[in-house]
Amino acid sequence: MTTETKPTIQFTPDRLEKAKEIIARYPEGRQKSALLPLLHLLQEQEGWTPAEGMDYVAGLLQIEPIEVYEVATFYTMFHINPVGKHVIEYCRTGPCCLMGGEEVYAHLRQRLGIEAGQTTVDGQFTIKEVECLAACGMGPVFQVREKYYTNLTNERVDEIIDELSK
Amino acid sequence: MAIKVLTEHINVPGIETFDVYRKQGGYTAVEKALKTMTPDEVVEEVKKSGVRGRGGAGFPMGMKWSFLAKPEGVPRYLVCNADESEPGTFKDHYLMKTIPHLLIEGMIVSSFALGANKSFIYVRGELMYVIHILEKAIAEAKAAGFLGKNILGSGYDLELVVQPGGGAYICGEETALLESLEGKRGNPRNKPPFPAVKGLYQCPTVVNNVESIATTSWIVNHGGDAYAAIGIGRSTGTKLISASGHINKPGVYEIELGLPVEDFIYADEWCGGIRPGHKLKAVVAGGSSVPILPANLILKLGNGDKRLMSYESLSEGGFQTGTMLGSGGFIVFDETACIVRNTWNFSRFYHHESCGQCSPCREGTGWMEKVLHRIEYGHGNQHDIDLLVDVARRIEGNTICPLGDAAAWPVASAIRHFRDEFEWHITNPHEATQPGAVFKGDMALV
Ligand SMILES: Cc1cc2nc3c(=O)[nH]c(=O)nc-3n(C[C@H](O)[C@H](O)[C@H](O)COP(=O)(O)O)c2cc1C
Repeated sequence: MTTETKPTIQFTPDRLEKAKEIIARYPEGRQKSALLPLLHLLQEQEGWTPAEGMDYVAGLLQIEPIEVYEVATFYTMFHINPVGKHVIEYCRTGPCCLMGGEEVYAHLRQRLGIEAGQTTVDGQFTIKEVECLAACGMGPVFQVREKYYTNLTNERVDEIIDELSK
Repeated sequence: MAIKVLTEHINVPGIETFDVYRKQGGYTAVEKALKTMTPDEVVEEVKKSGVRGRGGAGFPMGMKWSFLAKPEGVPRYLVCNADESEPGTFKDHYLMKTIPHLLIEGMIVSSFALGANKSFIYVRGELMYVIHILEKAIAEAKAAGFLGKNILGSGYDLELVVQPGGGAYICGEETALLESLEGKRGNPRNKPPFPAVKGLYQCPTVVNNVESIATTSWIVNHGGDAYAAIGIGRSTGTKLISASGHINKPGVYEIELGLPVEDFIYADEWCGGIRPGHKLKAVVAGGSSVPILPANLILKLGNGDKRLMSYESLSEGGFQTGTMLGSGGFIVFDETACIVRNTWNFSRFYHHESCGQCSPCREGTGWMEKVLHRIEYGHGNQHDIDLLVDVARRIEGNTICPLGDAAAWPVASAIRHFRDEFEWHITNPHEATQPGAVFKGDMALV
């Protein structure tokens, strides 16, 4: 058995640069504060937060891997299982529902042929139900990566899916 | 013409850039504070203004600032709460994306007042695009000499850090937020010690909402007395209201506190009335956590006077007939809305967001969700309504943080004011579960 193995997942050079900048912005000895930003960086690179990536982040922050896992599993944004290319994070909370959110959601699931938590067979789309996205005045709403899609209708959903499928 | 403290320049093209913001008088509060005032003088103006925390609890901001412990040689921190996750609330999102420099300027003035040299803006992680906007604004402010070392030659240093959350409503609770900022799970802390004594990294810390902090620039520019002259009674100043639901003009509105609720709902300047052909059934006035009120109670007080958009007027009558201003998340329901379904939806939210630390909240929120689900789906029984009231009562006040109360109040108030509707679901399950079926009792619609 080798003692030092190279992590199977590492940040790209520019992301590593960014990670170092992030770590440096907290006071001495408080580097663990960089954990959430680094998990976001990992997910942005990998599309999800695989265990090898979390171990790598633990190494960068000189903390135990369990400290990363317990945080990644607490916060809903981190995908601890593989997901499709586009994760549709659909708001299921009251104000969006008042604006027809449930009907539009049914249409989305029908269009993609999947339910919440599932991925289409071509690996393109995953649906994830999320709680309020702080955009209630523009509901129904879903989010794909950083982008908010607002004032959704069935037609609008079809357009967005077509666009993302290209 | 109504006074706009926060949004006066919000529609100016390019206001998100430093140059345009500066041309509209931006950053004059930083100049005034750092060049002509002492930190204590800034605190004094904020005290005089009477401005109350806009994150939900409404605690006087100046008083909170004056509690900050100042031991020698220990850093102090200002943390801006931009976690905004309370259903119905989207004002901070709007403010930060549209006029980011307003928050940055407020952060500088407030950090100066508190003697903080490193301050944090904790933004819910879903708003990553807003984080990029804020980071750009910070870089611009720094390039112009308003951040960094020796700002404007005053000898004052400040660095601002924008921190993303990871998707957790509980991290809006200030001590959970601090845990999260330290890279941990968002479990609220036991208090005392309060953050003012032991907060971030066990150092004295002030946590304030985005809107609260954004207000401080105006207060510095115009004085605390001028701010206190706006509004009504102990509800001084203006408030951003996030309006959603069955109204003609959803959006964020800056209102002078004291505006009649009726005007806010029906006048064209604000919500523009209930959508055509429909009537007002109920309102949740301050974000999902506050008690829901039926149309007649939200519009009028017990003595027949108009209810006003203020901390005092909205809570008039206690929980029997009143509610709370909360975070200003104003959700409007017309007669097509099913109160049972909405209550179940909110309960699912609180169950999903409970951190699990305290058993009354962890178990109680799940229990309420389950019972509400069975009522909504036609499997409720006669005891379920009293059971819900009982569970809600046993959560309230028995948890480390107020998420438990926030989960209990919507359920208790929905049953208090719409009991008929719950009973109808239980006694007419077949009818109640038809698509689009809504209870049509003899409730007052407006
Ligand atoms: C469950 C829960 C969620 C909260 N969410 C927020 C939030 O998203 N934003 C906020 O400013 N305050 C939130 N608060 C209130 C904060 O704990 C705290 O009172 C507030 O940030 C203080 O700022 P203020 O005095 O300027 O309002 C929340 C409280 C609880 C109990």
